[in-house]
Amino acid sequence: MSPCRVFLVDDHALFRAGVKAELANLGDERIEVVGEAGSVNEAIVRIGADPPDVVLLDVHMPDGGGRAVLDQLHPTLPGVVFLALSVSDAAEDVINVIRGGARGYVTKTISGRELADAIVRVAAGDAVFSPRLAGFVLDAFSDKPSAASVSDPELDLLSPREREVLRLLARGYTYKEIAAELFISVKTVETHASSVLRKTQMSNRHALSRWATERRLV
Amino acid sequence: MSSSEILRTPDGMVALVRPLDGRVLAGVAAGVATHLRLPVGVVRVAFVVLSLMAGAGVVAYALLWIFVPQVQSDGPVAGAGTGAVAGAAGAALPRAAAPAERRQAIGIATLGVAILIAALALGLGRYMGVLVAPLAVVAIGGAFIWREADETRRERWRRTAAGFARPGRAALWRIVGGITLVIGGLAVFAVGQLDFAAARSALIAVLLTLVGVAVITVPWLARLVRDLGAERRERIRQRERAEVAAHLHDSVLQTLALIQRQSADPREVQRLARSQERELRAWLYGPAGYASEARAADGAGAAGGWTEAWTEAWVAAWVGGESDGWPGGESTDGLPGNDGGTPRTTSYSAGSQTPSQPCPQTLAAALAQVSGEVEDAYAITIEPVVVGDAPMTPHLAALVAAAREAMVNAAKHAGVQEVSVYGEVESGAASVFVRDRGSGFDPAAVSPDRRGLAESIRGRMQRHGGTAQVRSSPGSGTEIVLSVPVSADTVSADAAD
Repeated sequence: MSPCRVFLVDDHALFRAGVKAELANLGDERIEVVGEAGSVNEAIVRIGADPPDVVLLDVHMPDGGGRAVLDQLHPTLPGVVFLALSVSDAAEDVINVIRGGARGYVTKTISGRELADAIVRVAAGDAVFSPRLAGFVLDAFSDKPSAASVSDPELDLLSPREREVLRLLARGYTYKEIAAELFISVKTVETHASSVLRKTQMSNRHALSRWATERRLV
Repeated sequence: MSSSEILRTPDGMVALVRPLDGRVLAGVAAGVATHLRLPVGVVRVAFVVLSLMAGAGVVAYALLWIFVPQVQSDGPVAGAGTGAVAGAAGAALPRAAAPAERRQAIGIATLGVAILIAALALGLGRYMGVLVAPLAVVAIGGAFIWREADETRRERWRRTAAGFARPGRAALWRIVGGITLVIGGLAVFAVGQLDFAAARSALIAVLLTLVGVAVITVPWLARLVRDLGAERRERIRQRERAEVAAHLHDSVLQTLALIQRQSADPREVQRLARSQERELRAWLYGPAGYASEARAADGAGAAGGWTEAWTEAWVAAWVGGESDGWPGGESTDGLPGNDGGTPRTTSYSAGSQTPSQPCPQTLAAALAQVSGEVEDAYAITIEPVVVGDAPMTPHLAALVAAAREAMVNAAKHAGVQEVSVYGEVESGAASVFVRDRGSGFDPAAVSPDRRGLAESIRGRMQRHGGTAQVRSSPGSGTEIVLSVPVSADTVSADAAD
């Protein structure tokens, strides 16, 4: 299997260098950093010219940030997977990039090993939930008495199993630990996570967007 | 004009002087043109037009000639003295005006004289001074205003006046139209006065004049108002910047200085960085933080918003936690296992729960606060994730205090750098999960008299009608699950409204 081709987008050159060094030091042959960009426009041009497998996308950049890159590239390059990487943790940013098409969200404090695992996982088509993202999604889909805003139960509600998986993700469990906890296969956990991600991206649930803009969590 | 040795007024305008080069008669027109940044031809026409009005232009020229100092430019002086005063219109001194320019000047003057003769021939001589009085009044009034204005206002006027004097295409048409209306209005006024016609013509005259003045001045005034708005915005922005700078100075810069001094101690560096990060996050994204819209409203009311009862409950929970909590000696620790935990630091003691730290109002805030304290005390990373929220009650205070003990246990005994904390308020219960991937232990092997786990966590939860579960086995980490019931109406309805 050829290595996963990774492209870095971050306006801080120091951070790009740090991630590159960290990924290189792991000696992980599953991952190869093939390029980097320091601005939204540069990213759009370079990724469009030579699409990588996974784009590590900074959320906060001048000229629209990660969302601008996603809006430009995601519709035209469905084969490229975006993994958002940020220091922000503000709910609206997190939900915003996920709804823009990112397959996962991790914070910049993540260790190199975990980052590599997350890259491989999104490259394989899975979703990557940090505990915080899982918490945000749970909160956004909470069963508060707001039934009027549920227009499409298929998209606007989480199944009990999905809720359970999300709760364990928020508690810091890995997919493997969740599988063991719930007596299901890792594949099933991945399916649930992807389904939650799809709902987060597609749901027109009124509460979701409003929740994300109103809530400013640390 | 020579570019060097240019005298300037304090605010950067070219000073009003009579230059030697570029002049035709005495250099007055050239000097005025340079001062006002206008084409010299315009100034000459203005002088001629003024001269037609009972000779006002001639008087003005003469006065300026007398009072405005002459300046010696550094142009070639070789030609000096070759031509003395040569005729009325030209003075061949160093680098006088170019022939074409001089011809133009003479042309303008000749035209003026021709108009004067024609007007006199037509018997209009006595009307030619009609504009002098109003113009003089306007000029004197303007001079007064100018003297009274302060520097910044003058500067702004000058900027707008420059745009006024060098207008764009649209502005040019506007000014031409306005001037036509003013002149037309004045003409009607003059004619009406002469003919002693009915008041109607006077009314029309005034109306036309007003419309003309409005067309000329309204955009200009509008720009003045806009400038004022821009200035106010800039002032607000500067205040914001100052606030950010002050905050960064007090927090980030101080921490960076500390980190540099402690650079030999990685744990201390991590602790400082982590605590600074938390503080900055709270400031940036927190409910009362820099970016929050409610900041201004919250600022004053926050301190008084907490109830006395809750504050007491909080303090009681802490004091209780310290008295019946972990004694601190390794032998009596509730959890067996590695003894490599951090020794108790001075900051982790009853005394550190100073009243200066505000009591958090909700479960999420309280969990964030205790996580921060444990992070600070033990130099580990704790990321609390909270779903749903509820206002604090004594039961929840006990829950938070027990969760804190669980975090401290994990920090001291698990031997890991990271502890996961997840809190949720759902379906009538508030739960907190404290999890680490550390060394773990066998819960059955803990003797029942170990007070930390038994008292600080289990006992406290039971006293408040809750439960505490410990899930752990050697080598696979520990998870402590704490839960207390909450009445449904106290749960803050996040998405309910």
